[in-house]
Amino acid sequence: MARGVLTAMLATLLSAGAMAQPSQLNLRKGVTDISSQVYDLHMTIFYICVVIGILVFGAMFIALIFHRKSRGVKPANFHESVKVEVAWTVVPFLILIAIAIPAANTLIAMEDTSKADVTVLVTGSQWKWHYKYMENDVEFYSVLATQPEQIRNKFNKGENYLLEVDKPLVIPTDKKVRFLVTSDDVIHSWWVPDFAVKKDANPGFINEAWTRVNEPGIYRGQCAELCGKDHGFMPVVVVAKAPAEYDAWIAEQETIQRKAKEEEQKLLAMNMDMTELMELGSKVYQSSCAACHMPNGEGLPGVFPGLKGSAIAIGDMTKHIDVVVHGVSGTAMQSFGKQLSLKELAAVITYERNAWGNNTGDTVQAKDVNAVLTGK
Amino acid sequence: MAQNPPNNGRLVIKLVAVVLGMFGFGFALVPLYDVFCDVTGINGKTNPFAATYEVQDIDTSRTITVEFITRTNTGMPWEFAARTRQVQVHPGELKTVEFTVHNPTAKNIVGQAIPSVSPGTAALYLNKTECFCFNQQPLLAGESAVMPMQFYVDPQLPADIEIFTLSYTFYDVTETSSTVAMNRG
Amino acid sequence: MSTAAEHLHHDEHHDHKPSGIKRWLYTTNHKDIGTLYLWFAFIMFLIGGAMAMVIRAELFQPGLQLVDPNFFNQMTTVHGLIMVFGAVMPAFTGLANWMVPLMIGAPDMALPRMNNWSFWILPFAFLILLSSLFLEGGGPNFGWTFYAPLSTTYSNDSTALFVFSVHIMGISSIMGAINVIVTIFNMRAPGMTWMKMPLFVWTWLITAFLLIAVMPVLAGAVTMVLTDKFFGTSFFDAAGGGDPVLFQHIFWFFGHPEVYIMILPAFGIISQIVPTFSRKPLFGYASMVYATASIALLSFIVWAHHMFTTGMPVAAELFFMFATMLISVPTGVKVFNWVATMWRGAITFEIPMLFSLAFIVLFTIGGFSGLMLAITPVDFQYHDTYFVVAHFHYVLVTGAVFSIMAAVYYWLPKWCGKMYDLGLAKWHFWCSLISVNVLFFPMHFVGLAGMPRRIPDYALQFADFNKWISIGGFAFGLSQLIFLALLIKACRKQGEAATDRVWEGAEGLEWEIPSPAPYHTFETPPVVK
Repeated sequence: MARGVLTAMLATLLSAGAMAQPSQLNLRKGVTDISSQVYDLHMTIFYICVVIGILVFGAMFIALIFHRKSRGVKPANFHESVKVEVAWTVVPFLILIAIAIPAANTLIAMEDTSKADVTVLVTGSQWKWHYKYMENDVEFYSVLATQPEQIRNKFNKGENYLLEVDKPLVIPTDKKVRFLVTSDDVIHSWWVPDFAVKKDANPGFINEAWTRVNEPGIYRGQCAELCGKDHGFMPVVVVAKAPAEYDAWIAEQETIQRKAKEEEQKLLAMNMDMTELMELGSKVYQSSCAACHMPNGEGLPGVFPGLKGSAIAIGDMTKHIDVVVHGVSGTAMQSFGKQLSLKELAAVITYERNAWGNNTGDTVQAKDVNAVLTGK
Repeated sequence: MAQNPPNNGRLVIKLVAVVLGMFGFGFALVPLYDVFCDVTGINGKTNPFAATYEVQDIDTSRTITVEFITRTNTGMPWEFAARTRQVQVHPGELKTVEFTVHNPTAKNIVGQAIPSVSPGTAALYLNKTECFCFNQQPLLAGESAVMPMQFYVDPQLPADIEIFTLSYTFYDVTETSSTVAMNRG
Repeated sequence: MSTAAEHLHHDEHHDHKPSGIKRWLYTTNHKDIGTLYLWFAFIMFLIGGAMAMVIRAELFQPGLQLVDPNFFNQMTTVHGLIMVFGAVMPAFTGLANWMVPLMIGAPDMALPRMNNWSFWILPFAFLILLSSLFLEGGGPNFGWTFYAPLSTTYSNDSTALFVFSVHIMGISSIMGAINVIVTIFNMRAPGMTWMKMPLFVWTWLITAFLLIAVMPVLAGAVTMVLTDKFFGTSFFDAAGGGDPVLFQHIFWFFGHPEVYIMILPAFGIISQIVPTFSRKPLFGYASMVYATASIALLSFIVWAHHMFTTGMPVAAELFFMFATMLISVPTGVKVFNWVATMWRGAITFEIPMLFSLAFIVLFTIGGFSGLMLAITPVDFQYHDTYFVVAHFHYVLVTGAVFSIMAAVYYWLPKWCGKMYDLGLAKWHFWCSLISVNVLFFPMHFVGLAGMPRRIPDYALQFADFNKWISIGGFAFGLSQLIFLALLIKACRKQGEAATDRVWEGAEGLEWEIPSPAPYHTFETPPVVK
């Protein structure tokens, strides 16, 4: 029985290995030289295991079939054989050496991060990724784009359910891209299966990994280290573009980000009214705050504090702004000063001070937030 | 019971000693790990104490790029930046890099910078003769400061390392720091 | 093999045991304590299993249906803790309590009063752990591996209860292990030399040494978590000069030997059962002992293979890869020895043998995936995916748990004096065997295809397999109720009387005494020739 199940399942696994595109059954070959080396290693060791399995289980099932008491056999009495025992200690050892050599070579190649063309600082935080291009003035957060309604089964799930983000990381093909990986809070792990890159993001420390993508395309992965409540909801999406397209993209991003900063300064003088603030604030709250403080502002008692009627949300406004823009050290409350624009910050703080019956009547403007951020 | 009363007590004492020893060993792993890191460069921890620079031969045949990353942790409102994003040094050459830091808030804050080097092995060859990360740094409300970091790269640096990254993350340690530091200004 | 002198007086009733609850509360009898451990382990197995059912129900289809992610994390965490510390380890300790004295011809464990304590603190540990689930904010939600800083800075206050309960579990295990060592060292019957000891005794002796070596390290790790969280130390906090990766080093220094703590006694059990039903002595007894010892030693130098993605220098990665691969050599020797034991035997397929055969095949599959995981560059792809989940469930469920079931079916007639309901036993075996493979085999596929572990919701390409996995999970869960029914029947002493030897090919001191085993045995030590 066990053998039947086993052979059937091995057969499906083998046939899956033959399929070309990302398989539902097997490791993918990926789009880098390293990932295809890794795939070959995986298949080699898999076949070695299959062969050993067939030999061992074969011998066992022969014994089970032919050396049964019901066939009237008399049991032999041998119980040791130095020769055989030495053989089955030494032979596996040699097989291991044969596996270890190519594995070591691949590993050494994977860890060689020198001579990179592009360097990206990847920072994990609960539950989003931040990408910063070290050679350019471009940085942004990358957050899950799947609608909460899809997760709550109210809408139909899209094709890339849970594997889509608002702003993917963009990297050039045929260039060595180095990733410096770190974290702002707990340990995360940045993983793109198609690159065979998985590196832990440790708070306070940086790790390195690299890739050289051969084909343009969109590659999806996920956070691989348990990082709290929404660990399952922080995907990684990487778009690989041809170098010329990448250069155009990064130049465009630099302009956009510079302009946005200039715009922001202009907005300081502008005042928004309560309705506008509440409308925008509600949106920002749902995307940036609701994961912990919950859509109804009640939080998760004992884990994440509620905002409804909380001392901060109905107390001193400057303190409230300070908590939102700078975060609270030693807690899960992160700093949103760089994640959101001044306008969004003003709106979301206004929203928190007036939603769910908090009704302070306060409106917060971009200049108030800016004052706390810059100390002016 | 058995005919020759076995000496259970002594064996139990020995085993309990092993248990206590292993409990201690668990804690001993903390300093051992640091030693291990110093030797192997795991995790890119740099030496927390100042090195002394002795004039030595500068290896001009090699140029090493040192890249700087400046970060502030959650709850740390300081603006923290390196004046130069990266520098080129020859092994053995003494170099100074300046970092700027600004406390935009209305409260006094003590910060502690935590360094990390990648690749980790490079940390073994990075010698800092002066660094703001050796001490806690107090900044008064609204205060700005320029913090120097002086270092040299050991000429023994393995040949395959041409670039390495030094990251500093500033943490707010006001609550745990001694008040003495705060009275500096 | 031995003369059992106590045949003469086993029916004289110095079985003066108190009745009712007091008997169990105050008992210092190794058989009573063994029974307590085994029932406790089984109850924990059902509770931990119920949590697994919650996990599988949530994962039955994509989307969040039943529980919120925070509760899901508590379920995965507490499921792991309960199965490791509440089910598998106490079950093995229970078997050791029952069988080690019987197998070495000792009248009881060496330290009977400590034995009572080491059991009775255990229910409190789990009461504390389980009650933390009902507190505001819930119980531990950071995975059974409780990586800092998720378990320190970012956990809720119930972490204190978690730490406290792990401490109690640790103390219980350590006391149990000391007892086993002292018993085996000092209480062997005359003539029971080291190399005559049954393998179950040998593997438990080595396990007990592993336990006293690493449980204190776990205690140290949880203590550091406690002080980091509540008393301002910073062992694992970068801000204070600590290092979160250090936590993983300490944890896995405990954690990897812990893995062998959960499998070495299983090797011992299988090495008892296979010869019995092959009617042939165990092949390579000495090499089995040496292989067990070398697995135990190697387990101390492989811990960082759980941490390949944390960013270690290449040299360290290579070292831990080679050391880990090396473990497959002694493990292979064991499997080869079992097969050689069966070779040219006269095999019959009683229930314990069926479970043992399933163990050999399925544990070996777990071993294969373990070897694959040892290869660092490929581990980067497997790490923290369902491939790992498949791997450790193959070695722990179809490995450790199946071996415990095999042991129960093997020795239950000796314990109760009656043969259990064979019909139910067969149903239990076949239902478990089929469902456990439907449950865990497809996990290899979803893992390779890229599904991370410990997530409450997943991308659509994993949906089909997850449905099957859940169905297998429910079926495996229900199959264990058959086992429950069988055990209740057996405890009510229903069924045919078992002979003293029970199994035709059984060898060893435990089969020389009457069935059911009298309350006191070997008060006059037997002489082993």
